[in-house]
Amino acid sequence: MSKFQFPESIKSRPVWGTLEPRAGKAHLMVADSEGAEALLDLAQADATLMARAHVIYIPRETGESYTVRLKELGAAQFYVGPSYEAAVPRLRRTLSDAHMGLQVYLTGTEGLMGQAMREAIEAGIPHSAIQTEHRGSIARRMQCVHCKGITDDVITDPFVCAHCGLNLFVRDHYSRRHAAYQGVCIDAEDPGNVPEPVRLYS
Amino acid sequence: MTIQFNEETFRDDYTFRNSDWAIKRFPFPFHEDSYMYSVNMEQHQGGPAGSVFEKRFDVDEHYVAEMKDRALVLAEDPLRCQSLPHMTLAGWDLLELIMVSKSEDYPDLFELHRDGNNWHWINRPMGIEQKFVFMDESTLPYGPMEYITRQAQGDFCVLDQRDDNLWMDAGMVTTQADWSLDFDIGMNFFEWHAPVPKAHEMGIFVRALKFLLNIQQGMPARRLNWTMTVNPLLDTSPENYHKWGVQKTTLTPENLGAKQHLRVELQTFFRLPRSNALVFPIRCYLISLEDLVTVPKWGRRLHRVIRDLPVELATYKGFIDNRPMILDYLAQHDDGLPTSDGIWPDLATEPPLSPS
Repeated sequence: MSKFQFPESIKSRPVWGTLEPRAGKAHLMVADSEGAEALLDLAQADATLMARAHVIYIPRETGESYTVRLKELGAAQFYVGPSYEAAVPRLRRTLSDAHMGLQVYLTGTEGLMGQAMREAIEAGIPHSAIQTEHRGSIARRMQCVHCKGITDDVITDPFVCAHCGLNLFVRDHYSRRHAAYQGVCIDAEDPGNVPEPVRLYS
Repeated sequence: MTIQFNEETFRDDYTFRNSDWAIKRFPFPFHEDSYMYSVNMEQHQGGPAGSVFEKRFDVDEHYVAEMKDRALVLAEDPLRCQSLPHMTLAGWDLLELIMVSKSEDYPDLFELHRDGNNWHWINRPMGIEQKFVFMDESTLPYGPMEYITRQAQGDFCVLDQRDDNLWMDAGMVTTQADWSLDFDIGMNFFEWHAPVPKAHEMGIFVRALKFLLNIQQGMPARRLNWTMTVNPLLDTSPENYHKWGVQKTTLTPENLGAKQHLRVELQTFFRLPRSNALVFPIRCYLISLEDLVTVPKWGRRLHRVIRDLPVELATYKGFIDNRPMILDYLAQHDDGLPTSDGIWPDLATEPPLSPS
């Protein structure tokens, strides 16, 4: 089971939904890892979507686990990419070509949804046409407030900034523009006193 | 009066000082002996002569030194000043508001001459003279918001108004109480306030937003907010927290009166005419506790407020660890006598501290 119920939090923290089929001439679906399961569920709810769908899928550590089943959904366009970064030019082109009424479905990790959401918003897609569903890892994309570097897939609190090496604690404060949560130095007031990292939500 | 501008620093050797004049006009934020969040708004239409509320944009003895500190912060980190592309018009609105206000309120310090769109600005304290074309960015060395807020004390948040919300879409933020413009830019009113404890549940932000959305041109509003800062450090930014955080551990009973400062924000809100944006200046005033307790009423009251403040707020404001030491110091300045209502020092009527 790839669903996780996030506890209630502060108002800047995104709240993810559940994908539902919507009427529309075109459907853009962006997923990573276990997000594939949400797309399979979506297609099951309304198989007619897929003939008008463009699927961008980044399997990451799930490898081949879902690709065959996703392909069999018969999307009009089906792309499997090696990384989110590699898929970005394709995503941007698709968004810039989009007509009114495009429906966007984002599913998988928070980092994937946040970044793809940012692309969609910047391309002028209205919020009301974007749906999300979290699946899979609860790791976070974190911005270090000190050096501004992004560390992807952070699964413990605290963690070490991949750029400046400071020990950062994981806040729930979230920026849509950075598509990241905020990491802040944990031992600023007591240098060297860094608690043992704990897995998020454990 | 003619202002004598201090030569002073807000970092390293911390030579910042308040004169007697600055102490007596300090915006003490507590109108009674206790504190809880509230939407404590009032009209910003002047105030008692000489008070920080009198002018639209207060200029005091720290002006020149604060602007030097801002320039240092920006040289280190240009991301402290940002403006999303749709906010340039609001930047011009703000430039006009500040230039007109300052030249009218302090004619001996600032002059603005306008001939159509050809403007001539003179800022005597900073030695700046600039001829430029209003609404033509190419005639200024910076964008309009950055240009004018490099010459105005306090942080400035320029808020776009749409969808019945306010959006933090531009700002100059170098004297902040530990929040990041770079991170919060683009957020709405509830999102950028998300980390504040308790106030959401109390409905504070819903009420405050309703008030702010309805602010009209020519009807600015104001409120005070406060926190505590060790050393007179203006730039208590999250960006530099890994550098300044450790200063909180340098307090001792001997140095506390000089090092621990009450940090007060005079927040004002002005509707901007062309953009319909709202500008939210956040002006920071610092006072050491040893200066503050020279006003007996304020010494008594601050002790009671800090003593009775809920743990959550003391934690959020960042002084929970130092609270016992602060209270030991302030208790010496509280003889238990009642205090008069309101924020004013009332030096003529409030009794001096009784000998213990």
